[in-house]
Amino acid sequence: MMTALDHLIILPILLPLVAGAAMLLLDDRHRPVKAAINVAATLLLVVVAIALVVAADAGTPVATYPLGNWPVPFAIVLVADRVAALMVLLTAVLAAGALTYALARWHAAGPSFHSLFQLLLMGLNGAFLTGDLFNLFVFFEVLLAASYGLALHGSGSIRVRAGLHYIAVNLVASFFFLVGVSLIYGVAGTLNIADLAQRIPLIPAADRGLLEAGAAVLAVAFLIKAAMWPLGFWLLATYSAASAPVAAMFAIMTKVGAYIVLRLAPLLFGAAAGPSAGFGQSWLMVGGMATIAFGAIGVLAAQSAPRLAAYSVLVSSGTLLTAAAIGDAAVTAGALFYLVSSTLTIGAFFLLIELVERMRVAGADLIAVTREAYGEDEEALDEADFGSGVSFPAPLAAVGISFAVCGLLLAGLPPLSGFVAKFAMLSPLFLGTDGDPIGRASWWFLVLLILSGLSALVAMTRSGIDAFWVSREEGAVAIRMIEIAPVVALLALCMVMTVLAGPTMRYMESAAGALHAPGQYVASVLATAPVRRSGESTP
Amino acid sequence: MELIVATAIGVLTASGVWLLLRPRTFQVIIGLSLVSYAVNLFIFSMGRLRTAAVPVVNNPAADPASYADPVPQALVLTAIVIGFAMTALFLVVLLAARGLTGTDHVDGRER
Repeated sequence: MMTALDHLIILPILLPLVAGAAMLLLDDRHRPVKAAINVAATLLLVVVAIALVVAADAGTPVATYPLGNWPVPFAIVLVADRVAALMVLLTAVLAAGALTYALARWHAAGPSFHSLFQLLLMGLNGAFLTGDLFNLFVFFEVLLAASYGLALHGSGSIRVRAGLHYIAVNLVASFFFLVGVSLIYGVAGTLNIADLAQRIPLIPAADRGLLEAGAAVLAVAFLIKAAMWPLGFWLLATYSAASAPVAAMFAIMTKVGAYIVLRLAPLLFGAAAGPSAGFGQSWLMVGGMATIAFGAIGVLAAQSAPRLAAYSVLVSSGTLLTAAAIGDAAVTAGALFYLVSSTLTIGAFFLLIELVERMRVAGADLIAVTREAYGEDEEALDEADFGSGVSFPAPLAAVGISFAVCGLLLAGLPPLSGFVAKFAMLSPLFLGTDGDPIGRASWWFLVLLILSGLSALVAMTRSGIDAFWVSREEGAVAIRMIEIAPVVALLALCMVMTVLAGPTMRYMESAAGALHAPGQYVASVLATAPVRRSGESTP
Repeated sequence: MELIVATAIGVLTASGVWLLLRPRTFQVIIGLSLVSYAVNLFIFSMGRLRTAAVPVVNNPAADPASYADPVPQALVLTAIVIGFAMTALFLVVLLAARGLTGTDHVDGRER
C-alpha cells in the first residue's frame, strides 16, 4: 500500500504538467485567470518541495517511486534524496520570485508565458528527481523545449538571433546525450543509474573503453548545459538577451548540468568503480578552472549589466564543476551551499538589473572609450510601457541596497552567504588534510576563487557608480512594489542562509555525504518493490 | 551488414556536421536532420544488428536469445519523436529570424 506521502515524489512533475496543460486550454484573453493558476501551482510546488526536503532529512533519506508500478531496474524510477529535494525546493523558490516579478508586466509581453513557465518547472523537477538516464534525456528535452519558448519571450530581433544559436547548440548537445546514453546502454545493458553504478566495476576490460567513451560523450552534453569553457559561448548572448524573469529562471538551468555532474561523478566513477574510478576528473578540473578564469575576465570586460550577470553565471558554473572534480565530500557540501546561494543571488541580480537599467541614462554602462569604438548599433530592447500604478516610495534606496547586497554576494565578501559558501568549499582543502601536503589544484582553486571575487567586486562597483552616481530627472523612475519585492525576498533568503548557516550546512553535509557514499542510494533504488493493492497477497 | 550500417552512420554524420557549420539557416536545419538520422541509426545499432528477430516476446517460455533487444527500439522511437518536434520548433524560429532580420544568415546579418 502506498500512503499519500509516497505520492509526494511525483507531485513536483505532475503539478506543473497539469497546470501548464490546463492553461493551454485558456485563451490569452483570460490572462488574469492564467496568472492565478500559475501562482497557485508555483506556491503549491514550494509547499510540496518543503515537504520533500523535510521528509528526506527526517524520515526516508532515499525515497523511491516506481512509475507505472513496473519492477526496478527494468522501468523508470523516481528518486528523491536530500540533494534532489533540495534542488526541487530551490527551483520552486526561484520560480516564485521570477513569477511574481513577471506579473508586473512581462507576462503580458507574449503568448503562453504561463504554460511555458510551468512546463519549464516540470522539466527541471523531472531532471532532478529521475533515476533513469534516458528519462533524464526526456526531461532535459522538456525543459529545453520550454526554455526555447521562454528565451524568445518578448520577441525582438536580438532575442530571436540569440535564440537561434541557443536552439542549434542545444539540439546538437541533445544528440551527444543520445549517443552517450545508447553507448552506455550498449555496453552495460541498463539505463537505471543505480543499476549502472553496480555494473560498472564488472564491465570486462575489453568493453571498458567503449563505456568510458560513452560516459565522456554524455559528459559533453551535460557540460554544454553547464556552460563549461569552451562549450559555453552560447550562454552569454542568450542569457543577456532574455527578458528579466526568464533570465532569472535560466540561472538554475546551468545548475542542472552541474547537479548531474555532482551526482553522477561519485556514483558512477567513485571509489567503487574499480579501474574506471576517477574517470575524467582531471578534464573536469581543468575545464572548471578555465571556466572560472574566462568568467572572471568576462565580468571585467562586460559592456552591459546583463552581460555582467551572464558572465557571473559562468563563474558560478565553473566553481561548481571544479568543486565536483575535487571529489571530496566536505568540498561538495560547500559546493551545494554555494549552488543554492549563487543561484538565488544571480536570479535576484537578473531581476534587479532591469530595474537599474530603467533608472539609468541609455548607454551609460558602456565604458567611455569603447562606447566610441563600438557605437550603438545594437538596437535597444523593446521599451514597453512600464505600467501604471502606485510607484514604490523609495525605489532608489531599495534598488541601491539590493544592488550592494548582490555585489557582496557575487564577490563572496563577508558577512553574507557568498563568503560562507566559498569558505565552506576552501576550508576542507586546507584544514582537514591531516598533515598531507596541500595539492597544487587546491592552491589554483583558492587563487581563482579569490580573483574571480575581486573581479566581480570591481565590475559591480563600476556598474554601480555608473548607475547610481549620476544626475537624473526627479520622478522619472516608476518601480512597483511587486517588482522590487521578489528581488528583496530572494536576497533575504541569502541572508537567512547566512544566519542559519549551521543547520543549512548540516543538511548540505549529510546530502554530500550521501552523494559520496552511494551505497545507500543504490541499495534503496534497487530494493524498490512493486506496490501491491490492499487485496493482493504477496506471492 | 556492420560495415554498411557503420558507413551509413558515418556519412550521414559527416554531411550533417558539415552542413551544421554552414552560414545559412536552411543548411543548418538540414544538417541537424541528417545528424539526427545518424544518431537514430546509432541508437538502433546499439541493440546489436540482427535480422529476422522480433523484439516482442509473445511466448514466456521462449529463449530470450532468439529475440532482438526491445529497449533500443523503444529509445529510438522516443528520440525520433523528440528530434522531430525540436526540428519543427527550430524551423519556426528560423522563419521568425528570417522575417525579423531580413536575411537567412545565422548571425542575422551578411558579412
